[in-house]
Amino acid sequence: MTSDNVTDGQPDPAAVAGEHRLSQQVERTGMFGTGTTGDTSGYGELRVRRPDQPATPRPYGSYFDEVADELAAGLERGGGTFPEAVSQVVVDRGELTLHVPREHLVAVARLLRDEPSLAFEMCLGVSGVHYPWDAGRELHAVYPLLSITHNRRIRLEVTAPDADPRIPSLVGVYPTCDWHERETWDFFGVVFEGHPALTRIEMPDDWKGHPQRKDYPLGGIPVEYRGATIPPPEDRRSYS
Amino acid sequence: MGLEEALPSGILLTTVEKVAGYARKSSVWPATFGLACCAIELFEAGGPRHDLARFGMERASATPRQADLMIVAGRVSQKMGPVLRQIYDQMADPKWVISMGVCASSGGMFNNYAIVQGVDHIVPVDIYLPGCPPRPEMLLDAIVKLHDKIQNMKLGADRKAEIEELEQARLRRLPLVVQGTGQTGIGDQGPHGALPAPLPTDHGEPETGADHGEPQRGERS
Amino acid sequence: MTAEAEGRVYDVGGQDWDQVVAAAVETAEERLVVNMGPQHPSTHGVLRLILTLDGETVTELRPVIGYLHTGIEKNMEFRTWTQGVTFCTRADYLAPLFNEAAYCLAVERLLGIEREVPQRATVLRVLLMELNRISSHLTAIGTFGLELGASTVFLYGMREREKVLDLFELITGLRMNHAYIRPGGVSQDLPHGALEALREFLRVMPRLLGELRALLDANPIYLARTKNVAYLDLTGCMALGVTGPVLRGTGLPWDLRKSQPYCGYETYEFDVPTQATSDAYGRYLVRMDEMDESLKIISQCVDRLAAKRPKDDPVMISDPKIGWPARLAVGPDGLGNSADHIAHIMGQSMEALIHHFKLVTEGFRVPVGQVYTAVESPRGELGCHAVSDGGTRPYRVHLRDPSFNNLQALSAMAEGGMVADVISAVASLDPVLGGVDR
Repeated sequence: MTSDNVTDGQPDPAAVAGEHRLSQQVERTGMFGTGTTGDTSGYGELRVRRPDQPATPRPYGSYFDEVADELAAGLERGGGTFPEAVSQVVVDRGELTLHVPREHLVAVARLLRDEPSLAFEMCLGVSGVHYPWDAGRELHAVYPLLSITHNRRIRLEVTAPDADPRIPSLVGVYPTCDWHERETWDFFGVVFEGHPALTRIEMPDDWKGHPQRKDYPLGGIPVEYRGATIPPPEDRRSYS
Repeated sequence: MGLEEALPSGILLTTVEKVAGYARKSSVWPATFGLACCAIELFEAGGPRHDLARFGMERASATPRQADLMIVAGRVSQKMGPVLRQIYDQMADPKWVISMGVCASSGGMFNNYAIVQGVDHIVPVDIYLPGCPPRPEMLLDAIVKLHDKIQNMKLGADRKAEIEELEQARLRRLPLVVQGTGQTGIGDQGPHGALPAPLPTDHGEPETGADHGEPQRGERS
Repeated sequence: MTAEAEGRVYDVGGQDWDQVVAAAVETAEERLVVNMGPQHPSTHGVLRLILTLDGETVTELRPVIGYLHTGIEKNMEFRTWTQGVTFCTRADYLAPLFNEAAYCLAVERLLGIEREVPQRATVLRVLLMELNRISSHLTAIGTFGLELGASTVFLYGMREREKVLDLFELITGLRMNHAYIRPGGVSQDLPHGALEALREFLRVMPRLLGELRALLDANPIYLARTKNVAYLDLTGCMALGVTGPVLRGTGLPWDLRKSQPYCGYETYEFDVPTQATSDAYGRYLVRMDEMDESLKIISQCVDRLAAKRPKDDPVMISDPKIGWPARLAVGPDGLGNSADHIAHIMGQSMEALIHHFKLVTEGFRVPVGQVYTAVESPRGELGCHAVSDGGTRPYRVHLRDPSFNNLQALSAMAEGGMVADVISAVASLDPVLGGVDR
């Protein structure tokens, strides 16, 4: 098969993409998601692989190129470089995501806020996401930024491994992140270094565990009726 | 406690019960325990269209010390549970509880780590009102039913007799949960329990003849 | 009484008032820490405020939240994308349609069907969102009055709100928490009589709003309690990320409906009201003006809905793999699948039956990706960050609720003022704890 990939000296892009896809991690098998229910569909051998999100090549389109260029210029003025501070740029569905390594988060955010041509005055909070299968990059913190001056939106995404869930706090740059970071700590266990008072905000103060992580159960109880019991949502048959 | 507690059973006590019941039900002061969406329907019930004032209930006392009725309106989270109990404890007798909405009655659509699955885990409930949220008219219906209950509440010696009678009836009633084992006895074949063991035969003499209203246990599983 | 590092702690349990007074007399300490809430009529829900008082002045204010945390976001990960609407709608329960709209716009962007949502569905969304804006502002102003002691304002607000709730019931079937806006469109079309009811509503509302204004606009007590109270200027708002009427009360005309329009808002004629006083009174005026603007938008919606319709004018996307399959109708036993639809799937089309089955049990699959969509809810920018892993259930949905954000500004607004101004500050921020805690 591999010999067919090379036609007139160039590897067949479709075959290369197929091989790349086959090397991705298997996300789920069979037609039904949970392993507890009997799969009688005949699709038991189905292997659904997790697609990765490749970086978008230039040009990004709309105002994203301008933002990237201004950010690069600002970083260079400060002595850094764009590829070092932004590990990946993804443009998807009309939205720009800058993947920033956590060491550079505060610097990039400060630049985005202070540079007049960028002027992202508002940070709309922190949204945590937990990808337990992404070894080394399990915890993601997503910061949507808004520029009122230029009427633009972008997104910063920072990752941290489960073994070392620390991300620098943006409270010094965007004070509004105070409660949002407390919430992300509460629900995901991400420690924001430099936060003035990182305590639980939604759960009771003595709660154990971080509820919105994927390894934390939903915690439902079976619902009792007269003559029947319905299992809680996380134990019911799932289709994905 | 009062004169009514010292009277012996009889026509005098019955009359006192009626008067006391009428007085109590005509001026129930709700303690505002509006938590979530049901609280908004509670506001609407106090509004001009569905008027709580016609029952004498528009004076909602924020302080539980002066309140008679706690309408738990909304979902009770784990953090709020102790607060709920504290407010209930601060209310003076006689007090009643309406759990308004499915979240208060049973946890509602939120069957998860954060919500107490029914406030009857925390406080004794007199009226359960389903709905998500229940319309103000449904709340008024629950309140009217509660007024019935209050009106017909027995006092003193009559109350003691009533409690005895209710307890006997409950003991004779067939339970949903097998006593002592914690297993549900009917049809629990889900992932959370195996088929139940046969029931112990201590649920009294089988009723002969007419009374076959209750389903015969042990035949369905 | 215990002696702590920061001062003495008095645990007032009841019937010990004389002890408390004696202890307070003997201590020279002037500061007093008071706990307000979580059960208190003057908080918009279960909000707990810990005030440090120096006499009547608030020196420190700490809000404690989490008493209504429901785990809505985690719950949504265990339901299909369409079922998620019923959960997110209960987050900010005074503006349920905005929650639904933000979430459905996110799902539609993930699906890539933003342009295929039917025009009529978009107009219905705008109509209901503006009606919801009116009902939310009426509640805000009504409870504002109630907390200040003006119970007539509360009753007026509730009375007006009943009219809006009647319209909701007529159009969506429910007074609150509608689950009407769904990914791909809305659940059902306008019933008969809705347009007349809307026109009647538009006819009577201006006068009723005028009555509300007459009660408050020039009321000296109201002015004394809200003018120059809870001051937060533009710098403060920017630093704290505050949006909505609070931001517009500082003079900045930032409204997502104008700046980053969604659902066709760029085609409607309306203004963005602002005030420049940055105080509680300014925010009240902004809310009143916004209600007038909403009436304008509703009138334009009604004209569009009443216009001559093309033959095929659905309210749900026509893609059979995504659009909610049932055409609902009111039958002898209430609202349910219409008889035509049942006949179609049972008698005429096997494929339609399969689609119906798959969509209802499994739901549609959404391609991998993440989006952030935002709508202008009555309290500010309500955003939805949705992450999909390619399945029939959301991988993660995070609702960026404006009240959660705006409540952080409470300390900045109320510290340095008097205790009574704390109530005004909370009420002028208009937080809804369901959205704050989710």
